[in-house]
Amino acid sequence: MWVYEKILEYPIRVSGPNPRLAKDIITQYGGPDGELAASLRYLTQRYSMPIPQAKGVLTDIGTEELAHMEVVASLVYNLIKDASIDEIIRAGLDAYYADHDRALYFVNAAGAPWTATYIQSKGDPIADIHEDMAAEQKARATYEYLIQLSDDPGVTDALRFLREREVVHFQRFGETLNLLHEHMERRRVFY
Amino acid sequence: MDQRRQDLLRIMELEFTAIDLNLFLDTHPQDQRALADYNAVAQELMRARMTYESRYGPLLNYGLSPSADTWRWIEEPWPWEITFDRED
Ligand SMILES: [Fe+2]
Repeated sequence: MWVYEKILEYPIRVSGPNPRLAKDIITQYGGPDGELAASLRYLTQRYSMPIPQAKGVLTDIGTEELAHMEVVASLVYNLIKDASIDEIIRAGLDAYYADHDRALYFVNAAGAPWTATYIQSKGDPIADIHEDMAAEQKARATYEYLIQLSDDPGVTDALRFLREREVVHFQRFGETLNLLHEHMERRRVFY
Repeated sequence: MDQRRQDLLRIMELEFTAIDLNLFLDTHPQDQRALADYNAVAQELMRARMTYESRYGPLLNYGLSPSADTWRWIEEPWPWEITFDRED
Protein backbone atom coordinates (compact mmCIF):
# COMPACT_ATOMS: atom_id res chain seq x y z
CA MET A 1 0.00 0.00 0.00
CA TRP A 2 1.14 3.54 -0.69
CA VAL A 3 -0.33 6.81 0.48
CA TYR A 4 0.08 10.14 -1.29
CA GLU A 5 0.98 13.19 0.78
CA LYS A 6 -0.08 16.47 -0.78
CA ILE A 7 3.24 18.25 -0.30
CA LEU A 8 6.61 18.23 -2.06
CA GLU A 9 9.63 16.86 -0.20
CA TYR A 10 11.52 20.08 -0.97
CA PRO A 11 10.23 23.57 -1.86
CA ILE A 12 10.82 24.60 -5.47
CA ARG A 13 11.75 28.05 -6.74
CA VAL A 14 11.74 28.80 -10.46
CA SER A 15 12.75 32.22 -11.86
CA GLY A 16 10.77 31.94 -15.09
CA PRO A 17 10.24 29.92 -18.29
CA ASN A 18 13.41 28.05 -19.21
CA PRO A 19 12.70 25.21 -21.66
CA ARG A 20 16.43 24.69 -22.29
CA LEU A 21 16.99 23.83 -18.63
CA ALA A 22 13.80 21.72 -18.55
CA LYS A 23 15.13 19.70 -21.49
CA ASP A 24 18.26 18.83 -19.48
CA ILE A 25 16.60 18.23 -16.12
CA ILE A 26 13.95 15.89 -17.53
CA THR A 27 16.64 13.21 -17.68
CA GLN A 28 16.30 12.89 -13.90
CA TYR A 29 12.61 12.14 -14.51
CA GLY A 30 12.91 9.47 -17.20
CA GLY A 31 16.62 9.02 -17.95
CA PRO A 32 18.94 6.08 -17.16
CA ASP A 33 20.05 7.45 -13.78
CA GLY A 34 16.82 9.29 -13.02
CA GLU A 35 14.37 9.04 -10.17
CA LEU A 36 11.85 6.73 -11.88
CA ALA A 37 14.59 4.19 -12.56
CA ALA A 38 15.89 4.52 -9.00
CA SER A 39 12.48 4.11 -7.41
CA LEU A 40 11.40 1.14 -9.52
CA ARG A 41 14.79 -0.56 -9.14
CA TYR A 42 14.66 -0.47 -5.34
CA LEU A 43 10.97 -1.25 -5.02
CA THR A 44 11.32 -4.36 -7.18
CA GLN A 45 14.59 -5.60 -5.66
CA ARG A 46 13.22 -5.59 -2.12
CA TYR A 47 11.18 -8.80 -2.51
CA SER A 48 14.22 -11.04 -2.69
CA MET A 49 16.20 -9.43 0.16
CA PRO A 50 17.09 -11.87 2.97
CA ILE A 51 17.36 -9.46 5.93
CA PRO A 52 14.88 -6.96 7.41
CA GLN A 53 17.26 -4.00 7.19
CA ALA A 54 17.60 -4.48 3.43
CA LYS A 55 13.83 -4.81 2.95
CA GLY A 56 13.36 -1.61 4.95
CA VAL A 57 16.07 0.38 3.20
CA LEU A 58 14.86 -0.56 -0.29
CA THR A 59 11.24 0.16 0.56
CA ASP A 60 12.01 3.52 2.16
CA ILE A 61 14.62 4.78 -0.31
CA GLY A 62 12.43 3.55 -3.19
CA THR A 63 9.60 5.60 -1.72
CA GLU A 64 11.78 8.67 -1.21
CA GLU A 65 12.86 8.43 -4.87
CA LEU A 66 9.17 8.70 -5.85
CA ALA A 67 9.09 11.97 -3.92
CA HIS A 68 12.23 13.09 -5.78
CA MET A 69 10.57 12.16 -9.07
CA GLU A 70 7.77 14.54 -8.10
CA VAL A 71 10.24 17.35 -7.27
CA VAL A 72 11.96 16.91 -10.66
CA ALA A 73 8.58 16.81 -12.44
CA SER A 74 7.51 19.98 -10.63
CA LEU A 75 10.69 21.77 -11.73
CA VAL A 76 10.17 20.72 -15.37
CA TYR A 77 6.46 21.60 -15.23
CA ASN A 78 7.18 25.10 -13.94
CA LEU A 79 10.08 25.67 -16.35
CA ILE A 80 7.94 24.96 -19.44
CA LYS A 81 4.38 25.85 -18.49
CA ASP A 82 4.64 29.50 -19.58
CA ALA A 83 7.25 29.04 -22.30
CA SER A 84 6.22 30.41 -25.71
CA ILE A 85 6.44 28.30 -28.87
CA ASP A 86 9.30 30.53 -29.92
CA GLU A 87 11.23 29.83 -26.72
CA ILE A 88 10.49 26.12 -27.05
CA ILE A 89 11.86 26.04 -30.60
CA ARG A 90 14.96 28.04 -29.67
CA ALA A 91 15.61 25.68 -26.73
CA GLY A 92 15.42 22.65 -29.01
CA LEU A 93 12.41 21.34 -27.14
CA ASP A 94 10.25 21.41 -30.29
CA ALA A 95 10.64 17.67 -31.00
CA TYR A 96 9.41 16.92 -27.48
CA TYR A 97 6.59 19.44 -27.92
CA ALA A 98 5.45 17.69 -31.10
CA ASP A 99 4.76 14.53 -29.13
CA HIS A 100 3.88 15.81 -25.66
CA ASP A 101 3.02 19.53 -25.74
CA ARG A 102 4.00 20.74 -22.24
CA ALA A 103 3.05 17.47 -20.56
CA LEU A 104 5.45 15.36 -18.51
CA TYR A 105 6.82 12.22 -20.16
CA PHE A 106 9.60 9.83 -19.16
CA VAL A 107 12.52 10.62 -21.45
CA ASN A 108 16.22 11.31 -21.08
CA ALA A 109 17.82 14.63 -22.05
CA ALA A 110 18.10 13.49 -25.67
CA GLY A 111 14.43 12.43 -25.84
CA ALA A 112 14.86 8.64 -25.60
CA PRO A 113 11.97 7.06 -23.66
CA TRP A 114 12.45 5.32 -20.32
CA THR A 115 13.12 1.60 -20.52
CA ALA A 116 13.19 -1.20 -17.95
CA THR A 117 16.60 -2.13 -19.34
CA TYR A 118 17.96 0.79 -17.28
CA ILE A 119 17.51 -1.35 -14.17
CA GLN A 120 18.24 -4.85 -12.97
CA SER A 121 16.84 -7.12 -10.30
CA LYS A 122 19.33 -9.95 -10.06
CA GLY A 123 18.07 -11.86 -7.04
CA ASP A 124 21.59 -12.00 -5.64
CA PRO A 125 21.43 -9.48 -2.77
CA ILE A 126 25.13 -8.60 -2.96
CA ALA A 127 24.90 -7.94 -6.70
CA ASP A 128 21.69 -5.92 -6.28
CA ILE A 129 23.03 -3.67 -3.51
CA HIS A 130 26.23 -3.09 -5.49
CA GLU A 131 24.07 -2.00 -8.42
CA ASP A 132 22.17 0.35 -6.10
CA MET A 133 25.37 1.93 -4.79
CA ALA A 134 26.56 2.48 -8.36
CA ALA A 135 23.13 3.92 -9.25
CA GLU A 136 23.40 6.45 -6.41
CA GLN A 137 26.84 7.55 -7.61
CA LYS A 138 25.58 7.91 -11.19
CA ALA A 139 22.60 9.96 -10.00
CA ARG A 140 24.94 12.15 -7.91
CA ALA A 141 27.17 12.72 -10.95
CA THR A 142 24.13 13.58 -13.12
CA TYR A 143 22.97 16.17 -10.58
CA GLU A 144 26.46 17.69 -10.64
CA TYR A 145 26.32 18.00 -14.44
CA LEU A 146 22.85 19.54 -14.18
CA ILE A 147 24.07 22.03 -11.56
CA GLN A 148 26.80 23.07 -14.04
CA LEU A 149 24.13 23.45 -16.74
CA SER A 150 21.71 25.43 -14.56
CA ASP A 151 21.37 29.20 -14.97
CA ASP A 152 18.50 29.47 -12.47
CA PRO A 153 19.66 29.77 -8.82
CA GLY A 154 16.32 28.47 -7.49
CA VAL A 155 16.55 25.36 -9.63
CA THR A 156 20.19 24.89 -8.66
CA ASP A 157 19.15 24.92 -5.01
CA ALA A 158 16.70 22.03 -5.56
CA LEU A 159 19.31 20.14 -7.61
CA ARG A 160 21.79 20.49 -4.72
CA PHE A 161 19.24 19.03 -2.32
CA LEU A 162 18.58 16.09 -4.64
CA ARG A 163 22.33 15.54 -5.11
CA GLU A 164 22.84 15.45 -1.35
CA ARG A 165 20.14 12.80 -0.94
CA GLU A 166 21.99 10.50 -3.37
CA VAL A 167 25.06 10.78 -1.13
CA VAL A 168 22.96 9.75 1.90
CA HIS A 169 21.34 6.89 -0.01
CA PHE A 170 24.79 5.63 -1.06
CA GLN A 171 25.81 5.63 2.60
CA ARG A 172 22.71 3.65 3.69
CA PHE A 173 23.22 1.10 0.88
CA GLY A 174 26.87 0.72 1.94
CA GLU A 175 25.73 -0.11 5.47
CA THR A 176 23.16 -2.53 4.04
CA LEU A 177 25.92 -4.27 2.07
CA ASN A 178 27.94 -4.76 5.29
CA LEU A 179 24.88 -6.15 7.06
CA LEU A 180 24.30 -8.57 4.17
CA HIS A 181 27.91 -9.77 4.34
CA GLU A 182 27.56 -10.36 8.09
CA HIS A 183 24.32 -12.23 7.54
CA MET A 184 25.80 -14.46 4.85
CA GLU A 185 28.90 -15.21 6.91
CA ARG A 186 26.70 -16.31 9.76
CA ARG A 187 24.89 -18.62 7.39
CA ARG A 188 28.25 -19.80 6.01
CA VAL A 189 27.21 -18.98 2.50
CA PHE A 190 30.03 -18.33 0.06
CA TYR A 191 30.00 -15.26 -2.10
CA MET B 1 5.89 34.67 2.13
CA ASP B 2 2.27 33.87 2.93
CA GLN B 3 1.17 31.85 5.94
CA ARG B 4 0.40 28.76 3.89
CA ARG B 5 3.89 28.59 2.41
CA GLN B 6 5.45 29.20 5.82
CA ASP B 7 3.39 26.32 7.23
CA LEU B 8 4.40 24.09 4.30
CA LEU B 9 8.09 24.91 4.82
CA ARG B 10 7.81 23.94 8.48
CA ILE B 11 6.20 20.59 7.59
CA MET B 12 8.85 19.98 4.91
CA GLU B 13 11.59 20.63 7.47
CA LEU B 14 10.08 18.24 10.01
CA GLU B 15 9.29 15.60 7.43
CA PHE B 16 12.80 15.78 6.02
CA THR B 17 14.20 15.16 9.50
CA ALA B 18 11.83 12.21 9.90
CA ILE B 19 12.80 10.73 6.50
CA ASP B 20 16.51 11.03 7.21
CA LEU B 21 16.20 9.49 10.69
CA ASN B 22 13.97 6.75 9.26
CA LEU B 23 16.63 5.72 6.73
CA PHE B 24 19.33 5.86 9.41
CA LEU B 25 17.26 3.68 11.73
CA ASP B 26 16.72 1.11 8.97
CA THR B 27 20.42 0.25 9.17
CA HIS B 28 20.89 1.21 12.87
CA PRO B 29 17.73 -0.15 14.52
CA GLN B 30 19.43 -0.32 17.94
CA ASP B 31 20.40 3.36 18.05
CA GLN B 32 18.38 4.69 21.00
CA ARG B 33 19.28 8.34 20.44
CA ALA B 34 18.16 8.26 16.81
CA LEU B 35 14.98 6.50 17.91
CA ALA B 36 14.23 9.19 20.50
CA ASP B 37 14.85 11.91 17.90
CA TYR B 38 12.59 10.11 15.43
CA ASN B 39 9.75 9.85 17.93
CA ALA B 40 10.13 13.49 18.94
CA VAL B 41 10.01 14.72 15.36
CA ALA B 42 7.09 12.38 14.57
CA GLN B 43 5.10 14.05 17.39
CA GLU B 44 5.92 17.54 16.19
CA LEU B 45 5.17 16.61 12.58
CA MET B 46 1.76 15.27 13.57
CA ARG B 47 0.95 18.55 15.33
CA ALA B 48 2.14 20.64 12.37
CA ARG B 49 0.08 18.54 9.96
CA MET B 50 -3.05 18.91 12.08
CA THR B 51 -2.67 22.70 12.19
CA TYR B 52 -2.10 22.89 8.45
CA GLU B 53 -5.01 20.56 7.66
CA SER B 54 -7.43 22.61 9.79
CA ARG B 55 -6.59 25.62 7.59
CA TYR B 56 -6.04 24.23 4.11
CA GLY B 57 -7.55 20.74 3.97
CA PRO B 58 -6.08 17.23 4.14
CA LEU B 59 -2.44 16.47 3.41
CA LEU B 60 -3.20 12.74 3.42
CA ASN B 61 -6.03 10.77 1.82
CA TYR B 62 -7.35 7.20 2.01
CA GLY B 63 -8.72 7.76 5.49
CA LEU B 64 -5.53 8.98 7.12
CA SER B 65 -6.89 12.52 7.47
CA PRO B 66 -10.55 13.43 7.97
CA SER B 67 -12.27 15.91 5.67
CA ALA B 68 -14.82 17.79 7.75
CA ASP B 69 -17.99 19.17 6.09
CA THR B 70 -16.78 19.14 2.49
CA TRP B 71 -14.42 17.00 0.38
CA ARG B 72 -11.37 19.26 0.39
CA TRP B 73 -8.83 16.70 -0.87
CA ILE B 74 -9.10 17.77 -4.54
CA GLU B 75 -8.80 21.48 -3.82
CA GLU B 76 -6.09 23.29 -5.72
CA PRO B 77 -3.26 24.11 -5.57
CA TRP B 78 -1.61 20.71 -5.86
CA PRO B 79 2.03 20.44 -4.75
CA TRP B 80 3.58 21.10 -8.17
CA GLU B 81 1.51 24.28 -8.45
CA ILE B 82 3.07 25.85 -5.36
CA THR B 83 6.39 27.60 -5.91
CA PHE B 84 8.36 29.56 -3.35
CA ASP B 85 9.77 33.00 -4.12
CA ARG B 86 13.53 33.38 -4.28
CA GLU B 87 13.70 35.72 -1.25
CA ASP B 88 11.93 33.13 0.90
FE1 LIG C 1 18.80 8.10 -4.42
